[in-house]
Amino acid sequence: MAYLFNTPDDIRSMLEAIGAESIEELFEQVPDHLQVEGLLDLPVGFSEPELEMHLRKLAAANCGGSSRVCLMGGGVYDHFIPAAVDEVASRGEFYTAYTPYQAEASQGSLQAFFEFQTLVCQLTGMEVSNASLYEGGTAVSEAVFMAMRVTKRYNRVVVLGSLHPEYQEVLETYLGNLSCQLDVIATPDGAADVNIVADTLDEETSCLVIQHPNVFGALEELEPLCQAAHDVGALAIVSFDPLSLGLLKTPAECGADIAVAEGQSLGIPAQYGGPFLGILACRQAHVRQMPGRLIGQTVDRNGQRCFVLNLQAREQHIRREKATSNICTNQGLLAIRATVYLSLLGRQGLVDVAELCCRKSHYAAERLGELPGFELMFSRPFFKEFTLRVQGDATEVINRAAEAGFDLGPALGRFPRLRESLGEAADQTLLVAVTEQRTREEIDRLVESLAATSEDSATPQTLTKPA
Amino acid sequence: MRNTHATELLFDLSQPGRRAAQFPTSDVPDRPLGDMIPDAFRRASHDHSLPELTESDVIRHFLNLSTLNMSVDTHFYPLGSCTMKYNPKRHERMARLPGMVDLHPYQRICDQQGMLRLLHDMQEMLAEIAGLPAVSLQPAAGAQGELAALLVASAWFRSRGETRTRVIFPSSAHGTNPASAAIAGFECVQLENTSDGLVDLDELETQLDDQTAVFMITNPNTLGLFETQIESIAARVHEVGGLVYIDGANMNAIMGVTRPGDFGGDMMHFNVHKTFTGPHGAGGPGAGPIAVRSELAEFLPGPVVTRITDDDGQPHFELETPSRSIGRVRSFFGNVGILLRGYCYLRTLGREGVREAARHAVLNANYLKALLADLLPAPFGQHCMHEFVGSASNLKDDRGITAMDVAKRLLDFGFHAPTIYFPLVVPEAMMIEPTETESKATLDAFAATLHEIAEEDLEFLHQAPHAAPVSRPNDVQAARQPILLWSPDDDTAEDV
Repeated sequence: MAYLFNTPDDIRSMLEAIGAESIEELFEQVPDHLQVEGLLDLPVGFSEPELEMHLRKLAAANCGGSSRVCLMGGGVYDHFIPAAVDEVASRGEFYTAYTPYQAEASQGSLQAFFEFQTLVCQLTGMEVSNASLYEGGTAVSEAVFMAMRVTKRYNRVVVLGSLHPEYQEVLETYLGNLSCQLDVIATPDGAADVNIVADTLDEETSCLVIQHPNVFGALEELEPLCQAAHDVGALAIVSFDPLSLGLLKTPAECGADIAVAEGQSLGIPAQYGGPFLGILACRQAHVRQMPGRLIGQTVDRNGQRCFVLNLQAREQHIRREKATSNICTNQGLLAIRATVYLSLLGRQGLVDVAELCCRKSHYAAERLGELPGFELMFSRPFFKEFTLRVQGDATEVINRAAEAGFDLGPALGRFPRLRESLGEAADQTLLVAVTEQRTREEIDRLVESLAATSEDSATPQTLTKPA
Repeated sequence: MRNTHATELLFDLSQPGRRAAQFPTSDVPDRPLGDMIPDAFRRASHDHSLPELTESDVIRHFLNLSTLNMSVDTHFYPLGSCTMKYNPKRHERMARLPGMVDLHPYQRICDQQGMLRLLHDMQEMLAEIAGLPAVSLQPAAGAQGELAALLVASAWFRSRGETRTRVIFPSSAHGTNPASAAIAGFECVQLENTSDGLVDLDELETQLDDQTAVFMITNPNTLGLFETQIESIAARVHEVGGLVYIDGANMNAIMGVTRPGDFGGDMMHFNVHKTFTGPHGAGGPGAGPIAVRSELAEFLPGPVVTRITDDDGQPHFELETPSRSIGRVRSFFGNVGILLRGYCYLRTLGREGVREAARHAVLNANYLKALLADLLPAPFGQHCMHEFVGSASNLKDDRGITAMDVAKRLLDFGFHAPTIYFPLVVPEAMMIEPTETESKATLDAFAATLHEIAEEDLEFLHQAPHAAPVSRPNDVQAARQPILLWSPDDDTAEDV
């Protein structure tokens, strides 16, 4: 049997030491009639080669980023992952350890998380970062709950309609059973109108949630938006793209009180949507309202620097129903991946990646926008992702691109929450994201194949059969 | 042979001008950045930006750091309630297969059929193990599974025109239970008593009323005992119209032996990183799928995977949001990388292996409990399930040795400490979960070490560990003057 040690001899002598006749006897607490008769209806076990053959077959029925050129976005991006990231994350000492409750047995993880917290602060300009949340969507929700505690305003949350629709959905779920009003401000121009936002906020508002770059790829007027929140005593929550900070002003510079992010761009593969990395950083003043684990530096009994779980009085295992969050298991290994990734990038690498994403996406946008039947949906500045408007159904364009070997999208029509911002164009829009990995040759080839197929599809559908 | 230089902080190792990652130069026509992104949006400087290191700096640093950890791969790690079982290496390879690791969540449905089949079959296997027919794989960890299920309960009550306000749980519950209930907007009611380490039915009775929404119970409970009266408990909760939530943290004891759905549970979560050997990733990621009774299925968070049989008899798979879903609890499908490993595990164990794993987990725990009966007696129950909570009270009374001393000293002998001081109902608690993937020889050595420790000098024990990289960090100082990030002018950072 896989992974078991005990031989029949072991079992006999262990039962003897216990004073039991059989393993069944050990289950005497479970009433007989509640015990499963025979075996569950599960498959028969696989040997390792069988398992591998089976998984390879399943994998072959998928079409991942290595089989087509990936220009997909919508919160998950095809950035390059240096080999050293996988190497470190493959260390059993990291990935087979658990939460560092025993500091002396966990200095490796604790120091790495302390470094992660530091790197997030360096990246964002914020004063304090936690040691990870589940992913970008729940990070927004946790930030909103935190803002309600900080402002003591529990009745109203305002969100821009350009926040990722799935993040909006998560927030709606989290607020589902509470008496808190969630207002979404539509962004028909691809980004928010600061005046409308300012008019919508009031003294009841706990926070304004802004994504920048937003779900359409566009940059928001971040500074005046944060200011508008502050003007009514609300907190500004900014969901950012970590790699954009190689080019863009930091959330702190723009006035964010809480900066959150999806950290997938930082050395984490797409793996069908998770596990990813939720980032949350804030101002020092609000540290005791933060959700999740925090690692602190201290000294041991010999005066040697070391690291511990800190300010645990915020957490569920101490405070129970009064905790700042219910999170326990977090995304430690992904935080380690991000730490290694950012260490490898360094100051200049971050700038290089950001500039490459920016240059290549602008080249792609320009070329695609020139194609007949294609245009950029919005005229806002963008970083690495943009919204394309096509004639007809956007999913048709995605299908045509796939046939030519390119993955585009998602089509924005799939998100009901974006319809108010996109209006009647919703089904004609799709996202295109261009990372540092894409080459001019790939982009040109995409443009040519879309040009060719759009000519094809322009020809009459009913072809005359040869006589 | 420790390499202390390489475990200096990354920031201390940084040297201006060093770099690891190199990228190709841009191959698209050059344009001034300001043409693309106006200056007003752009960062003026990178003064406080990231450290500068070479790749070998980075590798040496993190590999040396890793050696400061204890882990399942390197040590016996009997951390109670966490199921630190062996993490099979084949799972890691499978999780990295092209087509799995690089699959974008917004890829076309026709391009995801292999993944959807896997996830669908995972739903089915979990439903079978739970004895509850409907599964959502979305929650990212056990705590999020709890929250999702409580929101499902709340939506279900609303659909019946009821607003119930109270969630009840025993004092031995994991802290996540009350924390999740509070976030879901419920009032928390804690049962204080236990009779023989089990829920006190009389006390529960006094708390049940028409405002009771959910009774949350971990079964086997955090003392490692099966709640023998679980059927009566569930029946009483159901009589007042409430729902029973089973915290599945301890499923490793009972998978394939008994099922939450059969003993009265209406909803439950699994901890894939525990029971199905996720792995634990230095604190996460986990995955916390939930399983519910059929009446609750339409409220599950989504999407879930459905199987459709085509006209030609071939199956294909679709994503579907249940009709009255509470909505998403996270973006994208779920912690798929962990679910995939859990799937590999279940397919490897198969129908027999699942039950055998539970049986051997229980055998190992009872054996260790017997070896330690004199030293760390477990106050409740003759036999335990997959773990037991021993008490170091005698050691404390007789010799002044605390659970903390024992835990710290164990590290010197190469054993990770058990969970200590939880649950609170046992004084000087040591919660020990050996799991099924340890040998009798390891358990013997662990027990012998504990006996040896019990004889050691008291002062020496108070100062343990002695062989670990650090010893007894000053938590009070950490909390009083929190240092939560490195700063260039930090003096304490230089006295290594």
